[in-house]
Amino acid sequence: MTQRTMTMTTSDLSATNKLEDVQGDNSSFRGLETRAVHAWFGKHHALAGVSLRFPERTVTGLIGPSGCGKSTFIRLLNRMHEFIPSAAMAGSVLLNGSDIYDPSEDPAMIRLKVGMVFQKPNPFPAMTIRENVLAGIKLAHLKRDNHDDIVEQCLTRAGLWKEVKDRLDASGGSLSGGQQQRLCIARSLAVEPQVLLMDEPCSALDPGSTLRIEETIKELAEKITVIIVTHNMQQASRVSDYCAFFLTDGGPGYLVEADSTRKMFTNPSDPRTADYVQGKFG
Amino acid sequence: MTTVETPTPREMTVIYSRADRIFRGIVTAGALTSLLLLGLIASFLIFRSAGTFREFGINFITGTEWFSDGFREVGDESRADNSVFSIGPMIVGSLVVATIAMLFAIPLSIGGALYIEFYAPRSIYRILVAMLDLAAAIPSLIFGLWGIEIFTSFGVRWATFLNDRLGFIPIFSVEFENFGRSPFVAGCVLASLVVPITTSVAREVYSRTPRDLIDTCYALGGSKWGAIRSVVMPYGRSGVIAGAMLGLGRALGETVAIYLMLNLVFTYSYEILDSTGGNVASMIALKFGEATDKEISALIASGLVLFVITLIVNMIASNIVQRTTPRA
Ligand SMILES: Nc1ncnc2c1ncn2[C@@H]1O[C@H](COP(=O)(O)OP(=O)(O)OP(=O)(O)O)[C@@H](O)[C@H]1O
Ligand SMILES: [Mg+2]
Repeated sequence: MTQRTMTMTTSDLSATNKLEDVQGDNSSFRGLETRAVHAWFGKHHALAGVSLRFPERTVTGLIGPSGCGKSTFIRLLNRMHEFIPSAAMAGSVLLNGSDIYDPSEDPAMIRLKVGMVFQKPNPFPAMTIRENVLAGIKLAHLKRDNHDDIVEQCLTRAGLWKEVKDRLDASGGSLSGGQQQRLCIARSLAVEPQVLLMDEPCSALDPGSTLRIEETIKELAEKITVIIVTHNMQQASRVSDYCAFFLTDGGPGYLVEADSTRKMFTNPSDPRTADYVQGKFG
Repeated sequence: MTTVETPTPREMTVIYSRADRIFRGIVTAGALTSLLLLGLIASFLIFRSAGTFREFGINFITGTEWFSDGFREVGDESRADNSVFSIGPMIVGSLVVATIAMLFAIPLSIGGALYIEFYAPRSIYRILVAMLDLAAAIPSLIFGLWGIEIFTSFGVRWATFLNDRLGFIPIFSVEFENFGRSPFVAGCVLASLVVPITTSVAREVYSRTPRDLIDTCYALGGSKWGAIRSVVMPYGRSGVIAGAMLGLGRALGETVAIYLMLNLVFTYSYEILDSTGGNVASMIALKFGEATDKEISALIASGLVLFVITLIVNMIASNIVQRTTPRA
């Protein structure tokens, strides 16, 4: 189903990837990298020629107005895109140098390495807090025997341990929205991903929970790569090391520019980026 | 310092708009009508069967004899009416056949529903759904006749096999080999009758699983089967049970298929491969045509028993549903 027509569009050229300059182009790049990826929904060309690098142990914020293809892009990074009937893609996505769309790759193994947290907190309703954290280990048939340690470790890293350590056997649905989202983060961490994708993880939460999760994200970045979609410019500037700005002119979404967050917010190369981060449109 | 008086709670009045009031009236009337109908059915059954219950008491339910003293002329007072009515074996038969049917129907329905919803190629999905919903609406008579055709060959082979291999277990032993008329084969026919409706409900329920939760399973490195087991099936459990109850209601009340297949025998029999059996509904159909007044009262009493059994089964089911529904 991979429609690998390696077409180059003008957006490839305009969006010369600044992260490459930052990192230098070495062939043994560690982290996640996309090369000229495109996405289609049936005939609808949703995303065109995005090349980006996400270095290990960094946080990258994906920003841009609604409908510019951020969710589509992020779902390409762990092969969730292909669950949508008639969805197609082109280009390649490399994890530590190897193409995750290679026919020899098992998509389930890819998703184990590239985890995902969704917009709406969605703990499994029929499971307890503890079972929720361990759900991935069971689903992926991972052999682990220190379940108690895993539960404590993951909940601690997600910043939830202190609040729930006395009620691990309560239903996941009995937590507040912000707690539920941190539980979902803990659940993703239990399978030890190298990359964690987060699609607007705080959009359903109050400011307090949001800050709590941002702290969590920063701590996570000491060990793993985080890619986060957000509509909140302050959040992007607070939490991310790099930012990538997407846009659509009615056609397919494309990457306008990507750079260090400081540069994107103070002195971006493209005037549209400046307008967007200052809230002039979007 | 002033003390604060505890205020009395204020009364809250609700003013319904005109449209609201009219709609409220309509739905209330609808609900009351169905309750009224149920009440009328129940009181009719109770009223007409009172005589039977007074005469035979608990023996009507536990006894094993059905004898209508039909030779006595109407109004002939020269000798007593020796009729005896009781339906113990028919109650057991109803439950046995329905249980066999559900044992086949539930796994088949769950499997079928999961296949259609998660494994069938997209190109035939719509056709399958349409066919299934259509099958659920086919009258049971037609299904029953078809099932009898099919299962008097298939079912008999299975029954023979069971008897050969497991005949040493009491319920699989037989006295006379006439598998075509055994509760086991009748259960198979009922299963084929029940499967469309339970599958249809199960598929509908499974299709409502939040996409988000399924996606999460995949995002955790799970397989499709993993997602089905940890999210789809728990999410759909209560709905599937409700669907199974619809099916069970159908199986308990099924008349024609059983009427055509089983020899009604008024002895308790748990040998499901033996050619004895029957159920309450088919017995009513069989006897109604030439029944005396007294016998009709007994038949109506049988109907009441079936009615109560169905109610009890439904109550147990809704209890299970409530206990197994996860708190959101
Ligand atoms: N399942 C789908 N089927 C068809 N088209 C889709 C589907 N999902 C997204 N699209 C289209 O792809 C384009 C990009 O959508 P996407 O959801 O990636 O935007 P987004 O940047 O995440 O927007 P938002 O900020 O509102 O979440 C849109 O034009 C949208 O209509
Ligand atoms: Mg989105």
